[in-house]
Amino acid sequence: MDPFVSHTGTAVGLRRSDVDTDQIIPSDWLKRVERTGFGAGLFSEWREDPSFVLNAPEHRGASILVAGENFGTGSSREHAVWALTDYGFKAVISPRFADIFRGNSLKGGLLPVELPADVVATLMDLVENDPEALITVDLEAREVRAGTVVESFELDDFTRWRLMEGLDDIGLTLRHGDDIAFYEEKRPRWKPAARAL
Amino acid sequence: MARTLAEKVWDDHVVRRAEGEPDLLYIDLHLVHEVTSPQAFDGLRLAGRPVRRADLTLATEDHNVPTDLVQGPIADPVSRVQVETLRKNCAEFGVRLYPMGDASQGIVHVIGPQLGITQPGMTIVCGDSHTSTHGAFGALAFGIGTSEVEHVLATQTLPLPRPKTMSVTVEGSLPEATTAKDLVLALIAQVGTGGGQGYVVEYRGDAIRGLSMEGRMTVCNMSIEWGARAGMIAPDQTTYDYLQGRDHAPSGADWDAAVAAWDALVSDQDAVFDKEVVLDATAITPFVTWGTNPAQGCALADVVPDPQALPEGNARDAAERALGYMGLTAGTPLRNIAVDTVFLGSCTNGRMEDLRAAATILRGRRVAPGVRMLVVPGSMVVKLEAEREGLDAVFTAAGAEWRSAGCSMCLGMNPDTLKPGERSASTSNRNFEGRQGRGGRTHLVSPQVAAATAVIGRLAAPSDLTNDSAESGQ
Repeated sequence: MDPFVSHTGTAVGLRRSDVDTDQIIPSDWLKRVERTGFGAGLFSEWREDPSFVLNAPEHRGASILVAGENFGTGSSREHAVWALTDYGFKAVISPRFADIFRGNSLKGGLLPVELPADVVATLMDLVENDPEALITVDLEAREVRAGTVVESFELDDFTRWRLMEGLDDIGLTLRHGDDIAFYEEKRPRWKPAARAL
Repeated sequence: MARTLAEKVWDDHVVRRAEGEPDLLYIDLHLVHEVTSPQAFDGLRLAGRPVRRADLTLATEDHNVPTDLVQGPIADPVSRVQVETLRKNCAEFGVRLYPMGDASQGIVHVIGPQLGITQPGMTIVCGDSHTSTHGAFGALAFGIGTSEVEHVLATQTLPLPRPKTMSVTVEGSLPEATTAKDLVLALIAQVGTGGGQGYVVEYRGDAIRGLSMEGRMTVCNMSIEWGARAGMIAPDQTTYDYLQGRDHAPSGADWDAAVAAWDALVSDQDAVFDKEVVLDATAITPFVTWGTNPAQGCALADVVPDPQALPEGNARDAAERALGYMGLTAGTPLRNIAVDTVFLGSCTNGRMEDLRAAATILRGRRVAPGVRMLVVPGSMVVKLEAEREGLDAVFTAAGAEWRSAGCSMCLGMNPDTLKPGERSASTSNRNFEGRQGRGGRTHLVSPQVAAATAVIGRLAAPSDLTNDSAESGQ
């Protein structure tokens, strides 16, 4: 995973709450077995409407999505994160994210930034009025800066460190192979297992 | 210190705890299906990593499976490749797979409990948000993304922050004509789609205790629809009676040892939950959704709500948008809404009890002219059991289609879909825009409401059926 320290870019505002993963990437796209190429499917049904905000030429190249609350609700499909990153988004700002989507984003190099609803509303107004406005998402300082807005956001130290270093989660866990083996030793023998092949 | 059920199961699975880091949690069972696993197996191959515990990993084919076929090949080439990829991956990494045509194949959340491999006190994960279903047994079960699927395949663990806990106490008992599905839909309408976010929820109270295992699974299944990470119900005699004798359940002295351990899986009397919600079961009546998220629902006896009555802001905007998508007008009685499709099935309501309840209503009646009803058992075992009881004959005599096991019309990844503008009464779990097919309109309902709706052709409860309706469809 590429390290994420700070990102500055233009943004697009999606003025909707409860944007579910079926809208972010419709299920027809989930039949693919690859990890790339999902950008074309991002919000594909909504994008058929020429007036949908992502179709606006002034928002072309936006790399930050500002959205309503409960973004990413619904299924566990990580394809939603792959679609957003493949399209070019580096961060999503919302008052609240669905848990699984948030977790998937943190694994997939898309920064989910939770800010108070009034700050998100201010950012939404800002990018709608001035599509050229730049937003900075500074992970090192855990801060979002745009226009007159300077707002800190929360992210635990461990996750922040992992993202800034671009570390592979599995590699980190495998360092604790002895702990896992020790745990396995003491699991009760009556715990179920799949039938052998 | 007093602990909640969720905290006990969590603590039992901590492999490593370090200050300032997430806990490393051991995973007892990893369920796998074709949609969220191919990229994870690819990751293992790229890094040269094996599956650490193939014996704690179980795979099935469900999302893409055409339910009018028992065996392949699947006509859609993209679906076919995905299913074939799972077969290749399972063979290469030594994972037990229940493929199409196998007697144990079915929806991943139906087969786990049915095999008896879902047991109290376990940690269970799957690349599927409805993994919460298994919490009905007192397991800590939750959905994960593909990166986490790869992580569990490689390490049999997950690094996770300790969740907050919430209790949902459902007091009193459910009225006769009301089901577990009505209960959970009413709960979601009360707490909202994000109400459970960040929490592992424990459902308790007399109404929950009074539910069968299948009803408990329906409730836990929909935990994710109000944002909860997982839903759990403490195991009791109902749980043990369901489990004993199943294929993977412990037996003999192992059974006794297991029960002794399971008996401790209750929240301590003075355990403190981070949040508590109370619901009155006696006030719940048949419940349906009118909008495009599972919290947009109300009693079947109500009318389509007026967005203008909501406070200005997100909820009003979302309601206006939902009515536009659903093609509904505020003030319309829900019972006046005509459907063209009825779907009975899914990991929410595709088990024996659900089929029996619907069959009881459909026996001697006909599906209304112009309505298509799909009955899709959640697994091949459910299918065969239903056929032994003659339920398939009841459904087909009523004019419904009797299918083979799979996710079917729950999610539009297989041939069972709605066409643009079509409207369904569906026993599944999500009414998102396009969920059942592009442009399709979904009303979430219980199996009983689904069956009554099929007969009348408009959203209806069994109490709306008279003896006349047995003839009206003839």
